[in-house]
Amino acid sequence: MNRIDERFAELRGRGERALMPFLTAGDPDLAVSEVLVLAMAEAGADVIEIGVPFSDPIADGPTIQGSSERALAAGASLRRVLELVKRLRDQTPVPLLLMGYANPFYAMGVDGFLDTAAEAGVDGFIVPDLPPEEGADLYEAAARRGIDGVLMAAPTTTPARLARLVKQSRGFLYYVSLTGVTAARETVAAGLEEGVRAAQKLGDVPVCVGFGVSTPEQAAEIGRYADGVVVGSAVVDRIQRAESAAAAADSVARFVAELKAGLR
Amino acid sequence: MSAGRWQADAQGRFGRYGGRYVPETLVAALDELAEAYPRVSATPEFREELEGLLASYAGRPTPLYLARRMTEDLGGAKIYLKREDLVHTGAHKINNVLGQALLARSMGKPRVIAETGAGQHGVATATACALLGLECEVYMGEEDVARQALNVFKMELHGAKVTPVTCGARTLKDAINEAMRDWVTNVRTTYYCIGSVMGPHPYPTLVRDLQRVIGVETRAQILELEGRLPDVLVACVGGGSNAIGMFHPFLEDEGVRLVGVEPGGEGVRTRRHGAVLSAGEEGIFHGQRTLVLSDEDGQILPAHSVSAGLDYPGVGPEHAHLRDVGRAEYLPVTDAECLDAFQYLSRIEGIIPALETAHAVAQVRKLAPTLGKDAIVVINLSGRGDKDAPQVREILAGERDAAH
Repeated sequence: MNRIDERFAELRGRGERALMPFLTAGDPDLAVSEVLVLAMAEAGADVIEIGVPFSDPIADGPTIQGSSERALAAGASLRRVLELVKRLRDQTPVPLLLMGYANPFYAMGVDGFLDTAAEAGVDGFIVPDLPPEEGADLYEAAARRGIDGVLMAAPTTTPARLARLVKQSRGFLYYVSLTGVTAARETVAAGLEEGVRAAQKLGDVPVCVGFGVSTPEQAAEIGRYADGVVVGSAVVDRIQRAESAAAAADSVARFVAELKAGLR
Repeated sequence: MSAGRWQADAQGRFGRYGGRYVPETLVAALDELAEAYPRVSATPEFREELEGLLASYAGRPTPLYLARRMTEDLGGAKIYLKREDLVHTGAHKINNVLGQALLARSMGKPRVIAETGAGQHGVATATACALLGLECEVYMGEEDVARQALNVFKMELHGAKVTPVTCGARTLKDAINEAMRDWVTNVRTTYYCIGSVMGPHPYPTLVRDLQRVIGVETRAQILELEGRLPDVLVACVGGGSNAIGMFHPFLEDEGVRLVGVEPGGEGVRTRRHGAVLSAGEEGIFHGQRTLVLSDEDGQILPAHSVSAGLDYPGVGPEHAHLRDVGRAEYLPVTDAECLDAFQYLSRIEGIIPALETAHAVAQVRKLAPTLGKDAIVVINLSGRGDKDAPQVREILAGERDAAH
């Protein structure tokens, strides 16, 4: 059992849902990201998703695209994100999950990446453009090291495929709430509850919802049935709007506390 | 259809390249396409309609023209030009989009999206959508919108919406990113008409099969004209669709040398080029494992070429495979050589080639003199250069000013 499994077991015991905020590592710089992750952990985040910036983020909307561009311009890279995780691991037990596109991981090499990730204290990773058919080498090698390869399911996923994804996903299943890219949205997609419940019936893995969740009300609504929610663009947006690192930490901590309150 | 050893496997792999590296939302749509394409394209109705449109609408077959003055001037191999520049809309791109638009219609998708670099694929897609009454939106990098204003206007004339892309380097790769984001969002109603032999499986196979008509015609024509197969086929490679369309029907003919010509930009030793097959690394990009221009952290680097249509930091996976197994060779040609060849062919044969195509012409200017007079070289003259005339005029005027 790794830190992610332990966290979900604790939450189940308390009847709570997981809150998983996302930020792009290195936006505006890695030192600020370190402060922000610690602030989010302190404010009640259960798992934190650390975005690894990529030059061509095809699954992301304008907010995270912009954030990735700023992070790359400020010098972020997968290696530096792994160093950030290592520094964070000395300061917090919160489960840390990397989220990024396939090419930087493979450019580092499956073993090169996983060895460094294990040593740094990474608990899992999500790669939106790496379905299990293509990423078997990475996902299997990660499982052997106790690092979770989290898979995604979408509203367009067929029932037979959903069963396979539930079986193969480690840590939890990331259920994409809508057909679309990451972005803050006004309303929760129709049919989401049915989709999440269908996935939950297929296995024991927690099913968490992301893409488009941006307010405490939406999080609470989805938290009625899902095992957790991911909030990304709305967090990134608050970081960008803040006038200083301290203001960003304050703003993000308050937001995380509000989101978490609806999931207890 | 061609021999099995030159087909992708069930996962869409050409050797170690290809595959399907896409967000989960698109997996079902790609499965649907991979199922529909062989089924629909095998029906007599589809074949008859496509062949009818290629003949009476696009103007196929295109001639295989013996370039006598160029042959004489270079003093070596006999040079033929496969005149893809003569099809409707002025480039080979129409072969692909007529097939894909028919496929979209038979799959019940009322909306078609496309990316475009130079604008040729965008114009072709807008044309096919006008022809079949489909809604069309084309994504085009903001920089290319400026470079290719005439093509933007043509697309709009055909009723397409042209959306300038302002993220990243604002060229072809960013237009593809944005088209993929649209497709992820509107996947249930929208058909993504990819313009080259790239992207996730089944696109590299689908687009290649639709472009094979170039090589199939060339083969029959050269046999009739010369009674034998050519010694060398030369084609430019960005994503690689005109080249694979020409090469594929000849893959089993070991005696036919296949030469792909890449955009060398300001030189492959600079970072300002798009010569992915000469200087790229293996990577995962735009839904496929292929060769890419990337840095040591796995970030994709912008490509550079004087020709917007070759300005792409990846390449179709089948070309990467053909390079690895040694069946085709790939050589870079610089911007300067390309501009010379653009003017050369205009003067010596009265044919203005597209800047993309001028890369292939430039390579043959180097190659033909090294071959005997009994050798036969075929250039795939993939597109006409009207669209590039304003840009070249500006470059040449700038050079004249600098010389004074």
